[in-house]
Amino acid sequence: MANKIPRVPVREQDPAVRARNFEEVCYGYNEQEAVLEASRCLNCKKPRCVEACPVSIQIPAFISKVAAGDIKEAARIISQDSSLPAVCGRVCPQETQCEGSCILGVKGEPVAIGKLERFVADWSRQNGVRFADKAPANGIKVAVVGSGPAGLACASDLARWGYDVTVFEVLHKAGGVLQYGIPEFRLPKQEVVEYEVENVRRLGVKIETDVVVGRTVTVDDLFDKEGFKAVFIGSGAGLPKFMGIPGENLNGVFSANEFLTRNNLMHGYDPTYDTPVFSGRRSVIVGGGNVAMDAARTALRLGSQVTVVYRRTEKELPARVEEVHHAKEEGIEFRLLTNPVEILGDEKGWVRGIRCIRMELGEPDESGRRSPVPVPGSEFEIETDTVIMSLGTSPNPMIARSTPGLETNRRGCLIADEDGATTRPMVFAGGDAVTGAATVILAMGAGRRAAAAIHKALQSEK
Amino acid sequence: MYKILRKKFLTPAICLMDVLAPRVAQSAQPGQFLIVRAGEKNERIPLTICDYNREEGSVTIVTQLVGASTRIICSYEAGESFADVVGPLGQPSEFIHLSPEALRNSRYLFIAGGLGTAPVYPQVKYLHQAGAKVDVIIGARNKDLVILEEEMRAVCDHLYICTDDGSYGEKGLVTDIMGRLLDSGEKYDQAVAIGPMIMMKFVTLKGRQYGIPLIVSLNTLMVDGTGMCGACRVTIAGKTRFACVDGPEFNAYDVDFEEAMRRQGMYRDIEKEKDHQCHIGLHQ
Repeated sequence: MANKIPRVPVREQDPAVRARNFEEVCYGYNEQEAVLEASRCLNCKKPRCVEACPVSIQIPAFISKVAAGDIKEAARIISQDSSLPAVCGRVCPQETQCEGSCILGVKGEPVAIGKLERFVADWSRQNGVRFADKAPANGIKVAVVGSGPAGLACASDLARWGYDVTVFEVLHKAGGVLQYGIPEFRLPKQEVVEYEVENVRRLGVKIETDVVVGRTVTVDDLFDKEGFKAVFIGSGAGLPKFMGIPGENLNGVFSANEFLTRNNLMHGYDPTYDTPVFSGRRSVIVGGGNVAMDAARTALRLGSQVTVVYRRTEKELPARVEEVHHAKEEGIEFRLLTNPVEILGDEKGWVRGIRCIRMELGEPDESGRRSPVPVPGSEFEIETDTVIMSLGTSPNPMIARSTPGLETNRRGCLIADEDGATTRPMVFAGGDAVTGAATVILAMGAGRRAAAAIHKALQSEK
Repeated sequence: MYKILRKKFLTPAICLMDVLAPRVAQSAQPGQFLIVRAGEKNERIPLTICDYNREEGSVTIVTQLVGASTRIICSYEAGESFADVVGPLGQPSEFIHLSPEALRNSRYLFIAGGLGTAPVYPQVKYLHQAGAKVDVIIGARNKDLVILEEEMRAVCDHLYICTDDGSYGEKGLVTDIMGRLLDSGEKYDQAVAIGPMIMMKFVTLKGRQYGIPLIVSLNTLMVDGTGMCGACRVTIAGKTRFACVDGPEFNAYDVDFEEAMRRQGMYRDIEKEKDHQCHIGLHQ
């Protein structure tokens, strides 16, 4: 009767304490807790969790090894499908993926698959367990543009199959959004991100940073001058959106990307680093996604009093439930059904407040979502000296513009089929560059599918 | 790591370095810039490309000591390496798209303010080599800030130099010389001004009086320099643009200079504090 055991709770840092530091909020399971939680898994014959995992990790197989105390073997099973388990165990929206499909979730609580994956990955790191099985080198060069989750997943698979893979990264550190976007308190950089990137390097993948594909080199150069036989584009969706309301260029208004990049990639919160990060006495975050929660919780840790402004209701908040819960525990205020109409400045051009209008939910639109409509005459002001715009991002047009034959759709996303094949031969793409901003794990799934398609295309060329 | 091949101080406060960065050198065009991160804990700083040598694989940067970060960059010696050199970034100058014939028949006026002489140089050199007629005005606060005079003289038709205090060249502002040239009937197909924001603003006011086509290169705050953050956003003809990907060059008459200058000063207090700490460090 394994399923009668309640889901093992995970230990977390006290909200009052963690609201003032950048250390990881969730401590994760210890071995005893993990073995107990793993014993809840029913080891289904047709595991729905595996189907719901975008990279198809053999979940019951690894969990049964955890239950048996063979953590090393559990790690080996995960490593066949994921090169970033310590990342995914932390940031995947498991509630809508693996755990959302767990049969135990129908009547009770699903198995804590994410926390178990994280435990296995952390244990492997602490015990120096690595897996780097690979096929003999075949000498065929493949270029990967972008070292985010899509690029790393694609590069790992290709390297395992013997390809000579070079990843080109625009920033000075590999990892994409794992480096610049997701804060330290959710995803430790040195300990987790850099370790897992190092594991990808150990497969033989070369990572060249500071290369702006579209400026430093073009995709054409990669084929014609550098001898690459295929190119995978995993350049993400890093272009921030603004609202286009008056006052958006006042001093004190930031995109969430700028605010988070200064803090995460450039370590703005650490006084021993040079890059300044401006944090006001009060901050208003506009938006309701995971990025908005990250920006809000970062501003809070920098000493600001924080309000999140979102135009729909709590039910529609696109952020993970766990993140919203953490944000509330830490003392962040939510102003729902509220939309900014103007940012107000003082005589020196700095933000002094934000004028908002109340919203109500109208009729469902074609997507089935009830769209918010402004309530006439309901404008009000919130006093603040910082506004962080977190309205989503779209793909950066630089690569598409510099690559003849590579087509994009109306939203600036690269056009690619299920396998990642773009409109240009031997150029594949995946992740946010194709879908627009989505999740780490969907990007990894797309990277893996493209790797398989590249392998197939290159083998049939022989 | 990006090795510094050569270093020399052009003036006590301005330092020129040739840095080994083969990929950047291979692709650099006039009008573009790069980003340097000196070491692991330092900022990403946008610097203009002053020259490039594709054979050697080097790019030339010119840095003026204005704060903590530029002080660190200038403290590196030949043989040492920067952690990161990223580029080329931004759009190249529009004239690189002109046909050889169009270039041969065109006449340009460049107005360089202080350190702005460095990014003007590759543009003038490119145009001169293409057979265009190019006049250059260099303005600086004082003699110590006049740079690249000989280099510039070698690639332009007429060079005019002025300083605010009259310590070198004629006493006065670049706009004085600009007005005099245009008053005397000199005709230019295009003027380009690069320098401090305030100087570009006044050149723009002057240019408007004469109706001369004018381009400016905006030196905004930047973080990544690749279009992912919007720190460098400016209002151009009423629309928000990112200087790092849409610019840095824009039609001068479309630029909201007041906003651009205000945004440039956003971190001034924090910068002053850092520079202050840095000074203390130096004297210990």
